Amino acid sequence: MAESVTFDSDTDFAGDAFLRAEALACQCGGRLVFENLSFNLSAGHALRLAGANGSGKSSLLRQLAGLLPLAAGSLAHPFTPSRHIHYLGHDDGLKAAFSVGETLAFEAALAKTDMAVSLLAELGLAGCAWQFVGDLSAGQKRRLTLARLLLDQRPLWLLDEPLTALDARGRTLVEDLATAHLAGGGMIIAASHEALAFATQELRLGAGA
Amino acid sequence: MLKALENISAHYANPTRFMALAAKWHAPLWGLAALCLAYGLYRVAYVPDDYQQGATVKIMFVHVPAAWMALFGYSFIFFASVAALVFRHPLGHVAARAAAPVGAVFTLIALVTGSLWGQPMWGTWWVWDARLTSVLVLFFIYLGYIALWQAIDEPTRAARAASLLAIVGFINVPIVKFSVDWWNTLHQPASVSRLARPALHADFLYPLLIMGLGFLLLFLALTLTRMQMEILRQKLRRRS
Amino acid sequence: MSLFMTLCGAHIRLAWRGGQTVLAVSFLFIAVTLLPFGLGPELKLLRALAPGLLWVVLAISLLTTLDKLFQADFEDGTLDRLRLLPLAFEAALLAKLCGHFLALVLPLILSVPLAGLLLNIDGARLPLLLAAMVCGAPALVMWGGIGAGLAVSVRRGGLLTVLIAMPFYVPVLIFGAAASQAALATGTALWPYLGILAALSAATILLAPFAIAAALRVAQD
Repeated sequence: MAESVTFDSDTDFAGDAFLRAEALACQCGGRLVFENLSFNLSAGHALRLAGANGSGKSSLLRQLAGLLPLAAGSLAHPFTPSRHIHYLGHDDGLKAAFSVGETLAFEAALAKTDMAVSLLAELGLAGCAWQFVGDLSAGQKRRLTLARLLLDQRPLWLLDEPLTALDARGRTLVEDLATAHLAGGGMIIAASHEALAFATQELRLGAGA
Repeated sequence: MLKALENISAHYANPTRFMALAAKWHAPLWGLAALCLAYGLYRVAYVPDDYQQGATVKIMFVHVPAAWMALFGYSFIFFASVAALVFRHPLGHVAARAAAPVGAVFTLIALVTGSLWGQPMWGTWWVWDARLTSVLVLFFIYLGYIALWQAIDEPTRAARAASLLAIVGFINVPIVKFSVDWWNTLHQPASVSRLARPALHADFLYPLLIMGLGFLLLFLALTLTRMQMEILRQKLRRRS
Repeated sequence: MSLFMTLCGAHIRLAWRGGQTVLAVSFLFIAVTLLPFGLGPELKLLRALAPGLLWVVLAISLLTTLDKLFQADFEDGTLDRLRLLPLAFEAALLAKLCGHFLALVLPLILSVPLAGLLLNIDGARLPLLLAAMVCGAPALVMWGGIGAGLAVSVRRGGLLTVLIAMPFYVPVLIFGAAASQAALATGTALWPYLGILAALSAATILLAPFAIAAALRVAQD
């Protein structure tokens, strides 16, 4: 059971978190994926991005993370992507040659904190510390990627298909983490094919947007 | 002056307008190139034989301008890449891509004619003369550039990666040239096997310059034609 | 700074565990072993050619290690991680390249004395050769990084990386080989050559990360 999450006051931006997007457009591979997309998000709210494959959900998340340039439009938010945004893409970003323990130690080092022993239990990976990531199941790997959400408190979470490959236990974990995050004043934008229990808003991309 | 250039390049950034301009200049450019080369070759035929190298010195009139064009070509690619990446000029990538094989072929011509020119003197088909070596390395730089264009499937990404390579490479061409020149002086063999250019007497200078101009016009004509082909190809791709 | 060390250490661990160090060193020895078959086993000839041959073999061995540099990270999403760290992307890349140098290039350089033995290298030349290699190898790694960054989105782009980087290896090879001939040839001092090599390395260490970062951003757009 994840405990309630609070932000360290050195997230160093004034006031509440917010995000305003106006008339965003995205060019991916020379193709205009979407255009004229606008939405508003405030602290404590979660936006679910829905739409068919190829409608640009992942591209939009990458634009918000600063990984893809904006073809048009503007974004207003107080965040510095490298310090205030967690981006979990649909690639795991895990190294098969590392063990679970090493991965967590690496994540902790990147977050500049110490690794709590309870972290494994929280992720449902108790007893897996010496297993190599390459030997884990898909669900276990997805749970492992959530580690950085616990280690490093950042206000905005951008999640690409957070529930894929997760079993019931994994889904509960994600939902608990998300709910606690929102309760603490954070924001989430998640692309998902399925409905998300913690989402307060929805944005549909593609035909009929 | 700069502002005028800027305005001109902005005006022709539109592909349709550029194609109109290209169509107008196409025939005259080729015609001029052909005339210039013909006149140049005529002048070369009447250049007196070098007392040392005999008639083979006339290969120099192809070798040296080809080497000039090899370097000019890469500079052209550099400036086109800067225009494309830094100034976001839409035709920059087209120009760079069009010029690359042309420059590469001129480089190859420089290498082959250099070898042919030297063979009677040296008795071998190749020496690691400073200029020939630099041109050889430049040839590989061209090949790498063209290979990068071909290897990346997605056109915008290929264009940007290639432009990046051109800019990074261009900055290093002087370093490579300098080190190869230095290396050559270090290992100077006893017999002089450098491609000694005869003194630039007026008899030699003018035909050389005319051939140089002819090669330049040929380069521009070829590049212009390739640019037209590339724009048409892009139009076709967009329509399909 | 600690992020830099973390990334560097992670890359070293991955390279070591992936068996890349062993592969690279083995390649070096295999290449050196092939040489006498091509040149003939006459020891005097091999001794004369040894420093230059070892430089070339080092450069080629280095080139073979490049395709694993960024491709794995590009494909599994780690590159996104590196871009979203509190550390500048260029610094994160430099950390990876440092890790690459420590895990792969340093073992190659340390194998050179043993490989030189196979070529009957003159013992007096060995320290000069190693000093020159340590000064010049960073430039080779950085240029290799540029090639790897540009070719990262190409499947099986190893050969493309080599073709892109190879022309720019020429200055390093020229000065590196000259350095190892230096003291014995004409009694000239070693230091100018080491200085030039070190300058080339320093310049590439400073500038290459920006080029590589730009190339990787282009690949991800």
